[in-house]
Amino acid sequence: MKIKELLFDPILKNNPIALQILGICSALAVTVRLDQVLIMCFALTFVCAFSSLFVSIIRNHIPGSIRIIVQMTIIASMVIIVNEFLKAYAYDVSKAMAVYVGLIITNCIVMGRTEGFAMKNGPVASFLDGIGNGLGYSFILIIVGILRELLGSGKILGMTILPLTRDGGWYEPNGLMLLPPSAFFIIGLIIWVIRTYYPDQMEESN
Amino acid sequence: MKTILVAFLLCLFCSAIVSTTAVTLRPLQVYNVDVDMKKNVLQAAGLYSEGSDVLESFKVITPVYIDMDSGEIVEEPSKDDKKLQVVIPKALDLGGLSERSRFVEVYLKKDSSGSITNIILPISSKGLWSTMLGFVALEKDATTVKGFSYYKHGETPGLGGEVDNPNWKAQWVGKKLYDESGVPKISVTKNNTGSVHEVDALSGATITGNGVETSMKYWLGEHGYGKFLSKVKEGVL
Repeated sequence: MKIKELLFDPILKNNPIALQILGICSALAVTVRLDQVLIMCFALTFVCAFSSLFVSIIRNHIPGSIRIIVQMTIIASMVIIVNEFLKAYAYDVSKAMAVYVGLIITNCIVMGRTEGFAMKNGPVASFLDGIGNGLGYSFILIIVGILRELLGSGKILGMTILPLTRDGGWYEPNGLMLLPPSAFFIIGLIIWVIRTYYPDQMEESN
Repeated sequence: MKTILVAFLLCLFCSAIVSTTAVTLRPLQVYNVDVDMKKNVLQAAGLYSEGSDVLESFKVITPVYIDMDSGEIVEEPSKDDKKLQVVIPKALDLGGLSERSRFVEVYLKKDSSGSITNIILPISSKGLWSTMLGFVALEKDATTVKGFSYYKHGETPGLGGEVDNPNWKAQWVGKKLYDESGVPKISVTKNNTGSVHEVDALSGATITGNGVETSMKYWLGEHGYGKFLSKVKEGVL
């Protein structure tokens, strides 16, 4: 496997959200503001890369009967470390994200990559695969985050782009964008676009 | 056998990493929580501007503990006393809190002669989704609002979450929370007649608005800070 494929395939060709439909929960929950999205993307990419790395290093010593719990232990440790760092160095954002950083433990993407890839491949490939999938996740989340913050509150990263009517501007914000279900619509549209360009991603109709 | 060995070593390794991280970062986290709390107090009192030094600005504020039963200022209670909770009688429990602390930390701003110029009180109540926690700052008459701010709530962004909107919070400044006879009187209403006891409601956020109203009514009432504030009004403190 080439480095380029490992890193960039998960962005469009094999996107964890758009093709594998994993990790949707956090994509709905944290995308209302872009700064939260960026922190979440960083956290998930970090956890995904290092969990894959560590699982891959000890993959030949993990007994089959407890492999899932071993992976969970490693993932959970990584998540706690990230969470502690956020509380120490990015307190405001970590307060706004509340439980969602902790919930990376249950994010199917991380578990999916450790079980599906890192258990069978070497440490370097697994590490790159973890970063790649983190980037794929980030790609979708950043698009959703930009659209939701812009259309929902007229801002990007807290800077006003579209002045709101209630602050004396002209833009009437779309309330739906502030609520989690709007992310479903946006992700649906992204999947539509991606599958138009990559028709082999389309599922066969029954 | 190998299974147990692997599980044991893994747990040992992971717990070592996790606890090292937690212990090393603890002082920084405690500091952040402290600064954040002080920032919220300053924001409520209108003393904070973006980018200013929180700890420096906080020097004008004196934190004191009050005994809610008597309304007296007391020495800092022991760790166990700080945890004392008092059940709020059902009839008085407007904010849906069910209990509150016996000893509460409040913040006073004093002028150079040592008399109180502002009182900053923590308040809370149930909104639609969450318990909203905030501070209200009063002028020295213990009736007029100097400022008001929530620092923690989980209300719907864009609807109830607009309790954070500076434009909405600005309405509170100058409102009076008691009528002439000293009974709490303030309402969040959609038919604002322009009285000093009324604030415009937030559209689409009736229950959050009611929560803000009940938090004021409960905490300023007899079971809340009523006794303490009447002492301030009499000039005893």
